[in-house]
Order: sequence, then structure tokens, then C-alpha cells
Amino acid sequence: MPIHDQSYRRYAGGKAVPGQAWTVIARAGIVAMIRKRTFLGLLLFAWMPFLVRAVQIYVTSNYPQVAMFAPTAETFRQFLEQQDFFVFIMTIYAGAGLIANDRRANALQIYLSKPLMRTEYIFGKAAVLFAFLLFVTLVPGLLLLLLQVLFAGSFAFLTKNLFLFPAIAIAAVLQAGLSTFTMLALSSLSKSARYVGILYAGILFFTAAIYHAMLAITGSTRLSWISLGANVTQVVDVIFRLKPRYATPWPVSLIVIMGLVALSISILERRVRGVEVVT
Amino acid sequence: MDTTHVIATRERTAAADTPVVLLDAVTVIYGSNRALKDVSGRFNGGAVGLLGPNGAGKSTLLKALLGFIKPAAGRMTVLGLDVARKPLEIRARIGYMPESDAHIPGMNAVSFVAYCGQLAGLPAVDAMQRAHEVLYYVGLGEARYRNIETYSTGMKQRIKLAQALVHDPDLLFLDEPTNGMDPKGRDEMLELIRDLGHNKNVNLILSSHLLPDVEYTCDDVVVMDKGQVAAQGPIAQLKGPAGRVFELRIKGDLPAFVDVLRAAGMECTSTDEDVMRVFVPDGAARSVDPRVTSDQTTLFALAARHGVQVRHLRPSIPTLEDVFAKALGEQ
Repeated sequence: MPIHDQSYRRYAGGKAVPGQAWTVIARAGIVAMIRKRTFLGLLLFAWMPFLVRAVQIYVTSNYPQVAMFAPTAETFRQFLEQQDFFVFIMTIYAGAGLIANDRRANALQIYLSKPLMRTEYIFGKAAVLFAFLLFVTLVPGLLLLLLQVLFAGSFAFLTKNLFLFPAIAIAAVLQAGLSTFTMLALSSLSKSARYVGILYAGILFFTAAIYHAMLAITGSTRLSWISLGANVTQVVDVIFRLKPRYATPWPVSLIVIMGLVALSISILERRVRGVEVVT
Repeated sequence: MDTTHVIATRERTAAADTPVVLLDAVTVIYGSNRALKDVSGRFNGGAVGLLGPNGAGKSTLLKALLGFIKPAAGRMTVLGLDVARKPLEIRARIGYMPESDAHIPGMNAVSFVAYCGQLAGLPAVDAMQRAHEVLYYVGLGEARYRNIETYSTGMKQRIKLAQALVHDPDLLFLDEPTNGMDPKGRDEMLELIRDLGHNKNVNLILSSHLLPDVEYTCDDVVVMDKGQVAAQGPIAQLKGPAGRVFELRIKGDLPAFVDVLRAAGMECTSTDEDVMRVFVPDGAARSVDPRVTSDQTTLFALAARHGVQVRHLRPSIPTLEDVFAKALGEQ
């Protein structure tokens, strides 16, 4: 008999109550992405428009000669629209493999054999992508607003455009939320992250192409609801109190967005299971 | 959690006569296929083998106990908790080693096991410490910083055991743990399982179609066939008393001698070769000849009386294979 058994020992420490595992999943996912140099580069590159806008705000605040370039409420809307490109790239890069890779490695049965619900798993995975998307939309958007106050040395712009705070927040959450849920749903459908990425890009481009084809045929923008991107644009324009650029009523666009999120949740509910039953 | 309470709980659940799993008329249906048909039974504490041919419903039963599959009917309790009502509490106290290759991509072994520990509720520091300990225990100490995707099949089996153990479960579900392992690795894995069940007071249910694995590591067995429980109980009890079954080979009129043995109240079954297996029930020997003192001499006496030459006679030690064959045969 060994003097002291150093092999397997029973654990007598404390355990967290169930319900917090999603934070573990989210943290691990975020750390794993940040460790990738390419992604880190992409993340930094996504802040380039912010730097340009920050310079614009600084210059217009300090040099009256270029006051015509001073930021307006629309500037912030334009900034978020510029970030669409990075949202698209990051959604594919960070989101395509979130569930697909777990399915490829049969990791779902590992996750779901632990004390966590399926909703916790989905929430944890969604939090990874959602956090990165907010980091390139909401965070720089609000920082720009803060810089405007700091460089101008007055609250005049802010008090005049107080709605910008909630507008930036709601628009960023809407954009990030739609991208996150759509991508997660697609990711749950396949075991190949590459295929999921192609599928996501294909859906976005295909719906936009159909809309533009219909636009060319009908000459009207009433069918903009066909395009996923156009729906977001339409609703965000309204959030920023701008004239909507398409003829589709904005509630229709909002319904399409909500319907897409609901469809994505429904797909996730069916696909994220500990066992795949083929009957 | 109070340490005394933890130890007391384990001592209770480790008691071999305490059921860790209870099944009450459980039915699982996949489409039109009834994978489990009205299954009732109990798994006692300690090491219990879940035996059955492929497609018998073993993995389905484990997945139903984990809450992955919702039964169409019936009730299941694990560690005294209702599976339908307390799935999270149950999963916090069990470890599951799946049959198929399963890992979390992009992680090395120690990160993966620590991550699983955290998912099970362990604080990050404790999870990392346990991960190192458990990886050494399963024999992956030297390879713990390697990416799991570079592991061999045997190492992947070990890492699956490690992730199931990291949070120190009260009950382990092991689904075909020796699948794809080389003989040496298989022996080491069985040694680990035996050690867990017999020395570390971890209750375990070992699902396998390999009889020697179950016989080596388990005390009790539940035999399943076609979605039903075919036999269950302690292996030693199911095997029956040793020394009452004999392997017999004769030279002479075999069919006539078989009739003689049967007339004397003995059971004869032929095997693949020319050796037959003879079961001598209580009292059969004395009914043949009151003077004989043992079963062997009875067989010799009968052979001599009917002019048959005994070429081979030895007591047959019942194996789990006999239990398995009998259970499936009776089905």
C-alpha cells in the first residue's frame, strides 16, 4: 500500500450553482479568438474608421476653417454603416465555427452532459460573437460621442442630439443581434465552419441580388424587405431619425428582422441537442 | 460545501446495495422504432456492467438517464433524483464518457479538462488543479499540453475519461470505454475503471458489448437485448455455483448417451466441438446410484453402465459469457 496515494483524489471544494456555465463558455470563446493573431489584426483594423472619425471631430472642433465637416447626427449613422463591412467579416470569422466546430468534434454531448441547459450553451456561444460585434459598433460609436464632447469642450452638440446615445446603442444591438443569431443558426446546421461562412455570405449577397433585380424590373424600392441588409438599413435610419431610404414601411423591415431572429432561435432549439436522432 | 457532508454522501451512495439508478417502465421511441421497451430495473452502487449486443439499447438508456432523450413513458431516478425534474442536479453529480470521439476543438488536454471542470461548476483554480491531477491519473500527464486533435485513439479515450472525472462525480457513465484501444491500452483502461469502482468509491455504469471487460471491472451486471432487460444481478450469483457443470467428451453412441443423461435428470447442451456441457442438478447423482459420492463419479458410473468411454471430463467454470448466452437465449 502506498504511503500517500497521489493518484485520484476526491474533491471536497465548493461548486458553483447551475446557471453560470454560459459565462465560462463565453469567456473561453472570447479568449480563444483573441489568441488568434489574424483575428486580433482584424479587430484592430475594424477600429480604423473610428480613428478617421476621431481626427475629423478633432479637426472640426479646433479649426473653424473646416467647420463644414463638423459632425452631425448623420455622421454617427454613417459611421455605423461603415462598420457593416467589419460586422460582416467578423461574423463570418468568429461566428461560423462557434457551433459547427463543436458539432464536428461531437462536443455537444460533452457540454450537455455537464450541469448546463441548452439555452445556456446557446447564450454562451452567442455572447462570444455578440461581444465582438458590439466592440466594433457600440463601443467606438459611443466613444466618438464622448470624443465630440471632449474636443468641443461643450455639451451643446450632445444636448441637442441626446437621442444619439440610445440610437447608437439600439442600432448596434439590433445589428449585432441579428448577425449573431443568424450566424449561430447557420453554424448549427453544419459541421464545416467554411461551409457555414460561405452559406452566410451567400444568403446576404443572394437576397441583395434578388432585391436589386426586382428594383431594376419594377423601378421601386418597395421590395427592399427581400434583402436582409436593406431591412437593417431601413430600421436603423428610422432609429437615427433620418428619412428611410427605401419605400418599404419600416415596420415591415422590423418584422422581417424579428422573424429571422425567431427562425434562428427555432433552428437552434432543434439542432442543439446532446444526441442527434435520425429516424 | 461541507467536506463531512460530501464524504458521508459518497459512503452512502457507494454502498453496493443502494440503487444509484432506478428504472420504472421506461419506453424510448425513435420514430417507429422502440429503442427501450418498458424497461424496469435497478443499478446498485459500485461497478455495474451494462451488457448487450449492438443495438440492444445500452447507449439509448445512458442518454435517457443523462436527459438527452425524453422517454415516451416511464420514470427514471439517478442518485435518488428524478431525471425529468432535476436534470441539472443529476448532471452536476455524474460524469459521462461518450462512446464516440468527442472533444472541444482547439484546446490542449489540460485546458480542455479544466474547462470541463469549470462547466461542471468548479472554480477556475480548482478546475486547473484537478485537471492536472486527473490527467496524471489517466496516464496523460506527459502529453497534457498537446492539442487533443493530435492524440491517438487510445489517448482520446483517456481524455474522455479525464473530463468525466474532473469534477469528481458520484456516478460515472462509461460508454464503450475500450473502443479502438490496443491490447495494452485496453488493459490499462480496465485497470483504471476497476480502480475507480473498487478503490476510489466511484459508482460506475460500464456499457459494453465486451464480456471480459465487464467481468473484469464490475460486480453486478444488467444484460439488455432488443430494448429490454434480459437479466440482472450480481455476476457471481448469475453465474451460479461452480463445479456443477461439466465438459464431457465420450466415445460411443452419443445420442443414446445424451438420452440416458437426460433421463437421469441432467441437462445436456452441445458446444461447437464434440464436447458437450452437462449440468448436474441437486439430487441427480444420488438418484442414479445412492452409493456415489460426487457428480463426477455419477457420470463415470452412467458411462460404464451403458458401455461408453469417457475421453474428457472436467468441471466447467461458468463465465459471464454463459450468463449472457443464457439471458439472450431465454429471450
